[in-house]
Amino acid sequence: MSFSFEALSLTLRERKILNDVSGQFQPGRVTVILGANGAGKSSLLSCLVGLREPQSGSVSIEGLPLLSLESRERGRLIGLLPQRPDIHWNVDVKTIVGLGRLPHTGRWGMGATDREAVAKAMAATDCTDLADRQALRLSGGEQGRVLLARVLAGEPQWLLADEPLASLDPAHQFDVLDRLKNYAKSGNGVIVVLHDLTQAARIADDIMVLKEGAILAAGPREKVMTAEVLGQAYGVEVQITTSSTGEPLVVPVRRL
Amino acid sequence: MKAIRLNGLLAIALVAGMLLSLAAGKVWVAPSTWWNDDLSGLIIMELRIPRTILGAAIGAGLGMAGAAMQGYLRNPLADPGVFGVSSSAALGAVTSLYFGFAMTAWLLPVFALIGAGVGMGLLALLSGRSGSLILFTLAGVIIASLAGSLTSLMISLAPTPFATTEIVTWLMGALTDRSWDDVKLAVPLIVIGMVFLMATGRSLDALTLGEDAARSMGVNVLRLQWLAVIGVGLTVGASVAAAGIIGFVGLIVPHLVRPFAGHRPSAVMMPSALAGALLIVVADSMVRILPSVSELRLGIAMALLGAPFFMLLLFKMHRELS
Repeated sequence: MSFSFEALSLTLRERKILNDVSGQFQPGRVTVILGANGAGKSSLLSCLVGLREPQSGSVSIEGLPLLSLESRERGRLIGLLPQRPDIHWNVDVKTIVGLGRLPHTGRWGMGATDREAVAKAMAATDCTDLADRQALRLSGGEQGRVLLARVLAGEPQWLLADEPLASLDPAHQFDVLDRLKNYAKSGNGVIVVLHDLTQAARIADDIMVLKEGAILAAGPREKVMTAEVLGQAYGVEVQITTSSTGEPLVVPVRRL
Repeated sequence: MKAIRLNGLLAIALVAGMLLSLAAGKVWVAPSTWWNDDLSGLIIMELRIPRTILGAAIGAGLGMAGAAMQGYLRNPLADPGVFGVSSSAALGAVTSLYFGFAMTAWLLPVFALIGAGVGMGLLALLSGRSGSLILFTLAGVIIASLAGSLTSLMISLAPTPFATTEIVTWLMGALTDRSWDDVKLAVPLIVIGMVFLMATGRSLDALTLGEDAARSMGVNVLRLQWLAVIGVGLTVGASVAAAGIIGFVGLIVPHLVRPFAGHRPSAVMMPSALAGALLIVVADSMVRILPSVSELRLGIAMALLGAPFFMLLLFKMHRELS
């Protein structure tokens, strides 16, 4: 399995969003994309999913150019958890999760494999009990779980999540991170955009730091997550310590 | 409720409604005389059957178009009128009345269809190739108001008071005195339009999760936009051509259906078509039975039903929001 991007450049309204960036992702690992607001994280993610076409450069998956794939095929390989939790109709939870199978199902609806994948995804996110609840009556945390289950149900080889922790309390943040981590452990690639540096340090195997549309640093967490790199990326002074129980703490202390 | 059971029940109700529509009217025709070779047989063959078929087709088309529009715009208050298709079809028809072309019976629907086609083309031109919902909605609103004001202009500049009356009366849609010619013209177009609308179902379901998630699952939003435009254009354009503007059906029916069919957009479409057909056929029968000097126009009856319904809907939404 391979997933990489080569010399991507993206210009929107005469503003250079991505400037000749290249990189690759490893299956079985969680890659966290970091960077200040406007550094190009979300735009990179949209290019990786194929939602945006870069002016130059290409994204390759399994050695094939992403945009040459048929869109449903692309949907089977790559799953996207968008930034905003959008649910527009008050359908029940199992229907929402079932939508994740759309790239797989034929014209005649779900088969046994599809139902199995949905059940598995709901079990992995503790949504099984919510199956018959109406999606719009759920709490924010529950909605987050259900939408994650939707992506997992598609069994994508690459799961991309854009700020999945936004508007979640700490306990639910841990839950989501653990589930993403588990998904990577089972051999899939997970790519996450995060803002919380401590949570990033907790989940990341690899880190990719963007600054002003270019890649500032990329590689294993231990190498990239330094006060110096983060200082350059965000323009803040960062202290990296460990908690009394050994977890990394990455705390911004002041503006540089 | 299981989809098949719901659709089955609605289909049975529709058949009953259509039978009622054949019998009901200023002249009540009992089923035993339907095959008589006299005036009652003639009324059934030449007036009631075409009128009933046309009503069912228009109701089905408007109901399904409404369900598809609400799914596409992800807005439960959307209506096929939002596209501006019905207003531009009406403008086409009014143009033919203005110039007095309506002497030739088939010219009015043809003009209405041309109007719908121009409206659809303009919609595509204005909304561009982005598939963006906001641009699309704005384009629809602009076309609707442009067509509306041109229609008003035609009314105010009408050459004779007779033409003015004719235009104003026609704009308040009705199924009175429709013939087999209207059926032959409108029904095939409505059916083709419904096929296009049915093809949007899966993509509309995916849109429940927002545009990005839908596209990431392989939904082609531009293709979806075209299917919706052509589907709504054909169903609504042909309906307006045959019967004038009959509002609110596309808005109300999907709401009535949702408590039974669930909220998944594709699950709402078929029941909306059947319920829309049922609503029009029954309402049109009522309009004929009501004791009044001249027949109440169906378009007015639907608006009288629809506007209070719309208010109730808003009150309900208020309650849910508070």
